[in-house]
Amino acid sequence: MKKVVLLAVFVLGTAITYAGGYRVSLQGQKSLAMGHTGVAVINSSELVFFNPAGLVHLENKLNISAGVSGVFSNVAYQNEMTGESAVTDSPTGTPLYLYASYQANDWLAFGIGVYTPFGSTVSYEDDWAGSHLVNNIDLQAIFIQPTISFKIGDYLSIGGGPIYVTGSVNFNRNLNRTLTDLDGNRAEVTIDASGISNWGWTAGAMFKLSEDLTLGANYRSQIKLNAEGGEADFENIPNSPLTPFQDTTFDATLPLPAEMTVGISYEFCDKWLFAFDFNRAFWDVYESLDIDFANENVPDSRNLRNYKNASTYRFGLQYEATDMFTLRAGYYFDESPVREGYFAPETPRNDSNGYTAGLTFNVGDSFQVDASFLYLHFKEVDASYDFYFENGQAAPFSGRYKSNAFIPGLGVTYKM
Amino acid sequence: MKNTLKICIGLLAIGFVSCEPEFDTPVDSEGFYSSGSANLSNYVAVGNSLTAGYADGALYITGQENSYPNIMAQQFALAGGGDFTQPLMSDNLGGLLLSGNQIQPNRLVLSVDANGNPGPVVLDGTPTTEVTTSATGPFNNMGVPGAKSFHLNAQGYGNPAGIASGAANPYYARFATSANASVIGDAASLNPTFFTLWIGNNDILSYATSGGSGIDQTGNLDPTTYGSQDITDPNVFAASYSAQVDALMASSTGGVLVNIPDVTSIPYFTTVPVRAIPLDAATAGAVNAQFGLYNTAVLPGLVGAGVITAEEAALRQINFVAGVNYPIIMDDDLTDISGILQGPPFNLDPATAGLLGQLRQANDNDLVVLPASSVLGTTPDPNNPLGVIGVSIPLGDQFVLTAVEQGRVSAASTAYNAVIEGLANANDLAFVDARAALAQVAATGVAYDAGVLTSTYVTGGAFSLDGVHPTPRGYAYTANLMINAINRKYGATIPQVNIGNYGTVTVTNN
Repeated sequence: MKKVVLLAVFVLGTAITYAGGYRVSLQGQKSLAMGHTGVAVINSSELVFFNPAGLVHLENKLNISAGVSGVFSNVAYQNEMTGESAVTDSPTGTPLYLYASYQANDWLAFGIGVYTPFGSTVSYEDDWAGSHLVNNIDLQAIFIQPTISFKIGDYLSIGGGPIYVTGSVNFNRNLNRTLTDLDGNRAEVTIDASGISNWGWTAGAMFKLSEDLTLGANYRSQIKLNAEGGEADFENIPNSPLTPFQDTTFDATLPLPAEMTVGISYEFCDKWLFAFDFNRAFWDVYESLDIDFANENVPDSRNLRNYKNASTYRFGLQYEATDMFTLRAGYYFDESPVREGYFAPETPRNDSNGYTAGLTFNVGDSFQVDASFLYLHFKEVDASYDFYFENGQAAPFSGRYKSNAFIPGLGVTYKM
Repeated sequence: MKNTLKICIGLLAIGFVSCEPEFDTPVDSEGFYSSGSANLSNYVAVGNSLTAGYADGALYITGQENSYPNIMAQQFALAGGGDFTQPLMSDNLGGLLLSGNQIQPNRLVLSVDANGNPGPVVLDGTPTTEVTTSATGPFNNMGVPGAKSFHLNAQGYGNPAGIASGAANPYYARFATSANASVIGDAASLNPTFFTLWIGNNDILSYATSGGSGIDQTGNLDPTTYGSQDITDPNVFAASYSAQVDALMASSTGGVLVNIPDVTSIPYFTTVPVRAIPLDAATAGAVNAQFGLYNTAVLPGLVGAGVITAEEAALRQINFVAGVNYPIIMDDDLTDISGILQGPPFNLDPATAGLLGQLRQANDNDLVVLPASSVLGTTPDPNNPLGVIGVSIPLGDQFVLTAVEQGRVSAASTAYNAVIEGLANANDLAFVDARAALAQVAATGVAYDAGVLTSTYVTGGAFSLDGVHPTPRGYAYTANLMINAINRKYGATIPQVNIGNYGTVTVTNN
């Protein structure tokens, strides 16, 4: 256990990655293997994230799950009009989770979770064709969630808890398409803020309609990451009153949107379980990424995003093949929150299809190894970001994008 | 078990790192873009400062990187183009040293003065490019700043020993293969598979930028007798140019010939207004009184004596008004009357006679050159506040390109352009009408994704701070013209560049 925590601390430092917008849906290997369903699946302490109301239904007194995924995701860009092309060289993301629950009595359970549901790590080659929009970005957010779960009668349980978030952001882009110093080095800005914290909450309910049929609903609140007094570092700025970019501090707000999930699970033929989750992410709070620089001579940066609320449809299947192995598979369709004309290369996400598979290997009665694999398929898409302005005139950045993601994951579950 | 899984994950990881997303038809895959019937594997560009990437009154590294041949070569690389080498300078200051002595000034940058006004200034610093230190070639970019048409064929044009006398060119001296080499010989020896040739601008430009200080050598077939500011005889141009085309075509599958733009539409001639001298009524009256006798007695008398025509007399009338005035100028195409004025019946002193010798007031047909902005209306002698250039002291001949002088430039460039287009047709080469393209930039501008490219000085985006040579954006526009012509001529599909990605003038304070 200690080892796992150490690993967690180490990996969180370099973590994160991936999904619609900057949502990273990798919050449990068992669930992920089933298309990241779980709001109505009573399986493990992954319920701390998926639906705290279910914790009270777990069979064991103590349940611990931990895991990590390796996100190998990159984006290719090309513009057939000009012949420009680029491929990201993004570092491998390693989002992880750690959940524990404790059954106090037959109607009350406690839990705690540490997980990383938001983040983005995208690195383009410096000075690539879209470098005036982004060179690289590293966005991280760690959620820490103490949880309580009650059973109210035979059919209904509820649960929830506060969420403490601590996040950081590091973002670099060129100031515009052409400004350089005397030696031709492109003028750029890096903004960096860490230790940005805030509070939110989650709450869920679960109905056990029968032994086989379970309904679940869960809501996780919006949390705004308000970066105040972050560092803005300007490089390669010409020595001229016409380019008054000096290192300063900045304020910016990044919303982590609320998410509503409803779902169902159904056990059949003894060894089979089917699950369906519907997610609605309330991305419409992400209207604009505004960076307000403290130095009044430095023009503030307004970057319209105008995201829309987006849905995800998830399907999962579980089969208890033997005493040793449980097999899982799933599929989901992830709707992009990005509207046409707002396709910014720092989160270049179009609609995607996720295909998942995985298994659990029982090592004795109390220890399990959980493995999962996610392949996210994106279609090639012709897209543009139409809200970059030079001298008040829009200069759209357009081209063709192709993304992919291969995400193997490994976890352990301990119960007693 | 755990170790096995770890190994599996590790192996998977290695596999996925190499799984880059790939397009169905990547732009960098072979055959996506075609060079048509042209072979772009060894492209050689021949020309003058425009080809070299000269800008802001100097040649420097970032300017060279944004030369139109280099921009084209990067696009060519998507359609079978090979490496493109350039004789890069040693720094971004742009000045040139000959045996340690600076012989060319540093580049201009846009600097903001103490009053907050932006303007061009020479960048401070000690340049490091030494002419006598040879750049190691071979170079695909054979653009030589300052070269006229016949210079490219001249053996010894890169001989350092000839620089001081003007027989050789310091820029070419940096990379000439031998003291006796010629630019066109060096270019042909590279066996280009494709070439561009843009030469002849300086055959009229140096005359124009010097306000017509040189001589129109039309009729003189011996270019070795020309001065640096003279207009080249069109037959000399034709013979030189034709030989260059022949030399480059020997090994090439194709090429582009580019004609000569109308130099009078560049900011060097269009920025300083000809009518620029503000006077109040009292001053105008006082100045007019000085010229009263000249207007009413001297000029009619000279017409009566048959020295000048009535037309010339009318042209030479001086009349200032309250408001903004045309300056008085020295026009060496006027009849020089300084000698006559010293004799009877005028009996003027030599100084006054000299002042009036080739004097007239400027008019709307004259073009005032950019450097005149720092001269017009100034008082060169601080002890004589009445000695104002343009009012009581004529603006020098070198600051004004008169209508007559413009006519000479126009006649020569028309003749050159007929040769260029004729040779393009005769040799089935691509042709770029740079004259029409520049005229469009000057007249209406050219729209790009974040504005309009115009020839307005500093703000228009097309011209660098010297008012003659393009900015990187102007060169990118030029490259697109060439690519377009190549695509049409050779059935190629080379992509153009987005000129909005290329910069304009460089701002910095010393």
